[in-house]
Amino acid sequence: MNPLLQVRNLTKHFPSRYGSRNLTAVKAVSLTVNAGETVGIVGESGCGKSTLGKSIIRLFEPDEGTVLFQDKDVLSLEKRALREMRREIQMIFQDPYGSLDSRMTIGAIVEEPLVIHGIGDRATRYKKMLRLLEITGLEQDAANRYPHEFSGGQRQRICIARALALRPKMIIADEPVSALDVSIQSQILNLLVDLKEKFDLSYIFISHDLAVVEHVSDHVAVMYLGGIVETAPTKDLFTRPCHPYTEALIKAIPQPDPLRTRERIVLQGEIPDPENPPSGCAFHPRCPKVMDICKTATPEEKNIGVNETGHLIRCHLY
Amino acid sequence: MVYLNQTAYSKKRTYHFLPKILFGYPSCVTTALVYFSSTQKKMNETWKRFKRDKVALFGGTVIVIVVTAALLAPWVTPYDPHEQFFDGLTLEGAPLPPNKRFPLGTDLLGRDLYTRLVYGARTSLIIGIAANAAAVLVGTLLGIIAGYLGGWVGNAIMRFTDLMMAFPALLLAIALASILTPSLWIVAMVIALVNWVQTARVIYTQTLSIAEQEFIQAARALGATPIRILWVHILPHLIPHIMVWATLGISVTVLFEATLSFLGIGVQPPTPSWGGIIFESQSYFLTAPWLVIFPGISILLFALGFNLVGDGLRDAMDPTQRGRN
Repeated sequence: MNPLLQVRNLTKHFPSRYGSRNLTAVKAVSLTVNAGETVGIVGESGCGKSTLGKSIIRLFEPDEGTVLFQDKDVLSLEKRALREMRREIQMIFQDPYGSLDSRMTIGAIVEEPLVIHGIGDRATRYKKMLRLLEITGLEQDAANRYPHEFSGGQRQRICIARALALRPKMIIADEPVSALDVSIQSQILNLLVDLKEKFDLSYIFISHDLAVVEHVSDHVAVMYLGGIVETAPTKDLFTRPCHPYTEALIKAIPQPDPLRTRERIVLQGEIPDPENPPSGCAFHPRCPKVMDICKTATPEEKNIGVNETGHLIRCHLY
Repeated sequence: MVYLNQTAYSKKRTYHFLPKILFGYPSCVTTALVYFSSTQKKMNETWKRFKRDKVALFGGTVIVIVVTAALLAPWVTPYDPHEQFFDGLTLEGAPLPPNKRFPLGTDLLGRDLYTRLVYGARTSLIIGIAANAAAVLVGTLLGIIAGYLGGWVGNAIMRFTDLMMAFPALLLAIALASILTPSLWIVAMVIALVNWVQTARVIYTQTLSIAEQEFIQAARALGATPIRILWVHILPHLIPHIMVWATLGISVTVLFEATLSFLGIGVQPPTPSWGGIIFESQSYFLTAPWLVIFPGISILLFALGFNLVGDGLRDAMDPTQRGRN
């Protein structure tokens, strides 16, 4: 069976404010999401995770590459066809405060996707809306209230209800919990996991928090400066991180057990300026295992996996 | 579980069908009327909150009084606004201060000031409301188009706006008014032509900042069309700003009309206008202060009334203000 979503060599430039040099936010990213699977994307702030997510559903127009969703080429879709496609892929945004229109009632917000796509009459839409509120754990009287009356966690529930309204096959969750308190984070994560079972969803789960990604993902892709450096099944990645960057990230996850000592790899320096990326491997200025070849040649993608699920890596060490 | 009144709920939802109606009616005014009247429940809520705002109610009362007086001018005034009374001047030919026969005194030609003020309210209302409404409408439209479309269309509009801002408005008004024969409606048009600029700039920047917000991206991700985004997501957020300019602009336009009248290119005498009365009699300010004070107070109260109502409406329409006061 073909994968639900296939992204190949997706590249997105932004014009630079000064000079003619472009900022390459996403650099030749390839990604595969199978039906019913959750793919986590991790990386530091500014590495292009959100741009990747938004480019896939063409909130930003990508410059190069292909996106195949159910074997349809998303990037060549006409406006009308694109609107149809958006029924199938929904998005949850990072900021539950900014992504809800403060002048609409919750009922209107959750119903909006149905109105846009002309689904059902007023009464059925109303019933569907109430059902969506119930599914996402909101009170029914929320329908007549406004977003500012809700807490961050409840608002993210509203966003989830809105994303579910069209019964999409896939949801791109762009840092859905990073704006929330830790205690609320797990509630929202569990809700997302439950909904995945219930509605046969696939997720692209974007986060900078490795622990969160480990909890929800089947596959994880690690991004650095616009490119994916390592992709592997979650278990594989966390037990056998191969790329020095992944290794450093995983070692940096706080351990709850104070007796267990562990070696930490502290990365030196900042993430480089994406307008002026380093030559060769983008990670080489900060890499603890840097070699001469890293400074000149860009590493190719290699499969070092033991089985066909694959463990893809871009590093000269392998 | 809370029982919900479904009909009340659906009433509020009507305005989502408006993009369709927008295409059906070519007239902006009709669309605006439909837009506002269809959000009846919202209107009721707004009114409930507005009623609690004492200051805004005061402003509203002032407006109602001025409008009623202007409409019923022949019935609420004792004389004809153009009639010059022999006993309206002193033997030396100076205007009379307020007295029993002339409640607010007389002007330089011996006409009753009270009567002229009431008739002058008609001029000010027409100028203040019509000219300003036209200016705000044009400014809003251009600002939204420039802000939302951007690109070369937006740039062209905004450079033109900058040009208009840099050009002295009064000079332009003088030029326009001397080409066209001044009359009430021509003056209103001239004022509208020079006053849309500020609104356009403010609405432009506001549209830009609203269009950047994540809920606009969210709406695009849902598949909303640009027209729907503009109508359902951007316009409601602009209404407070439009409201502020619509009310602030009224005082600006009334004063602008006064300036034009002073220069002789405003509303032509003998038609009374508040600004005209002040400027006619400004050299008598020390000997006949009532000729400046009473029209001055009228302009002040009128402009204040609209400003207070505008502020009150803006707060009352803001859902985050629900349950306050």
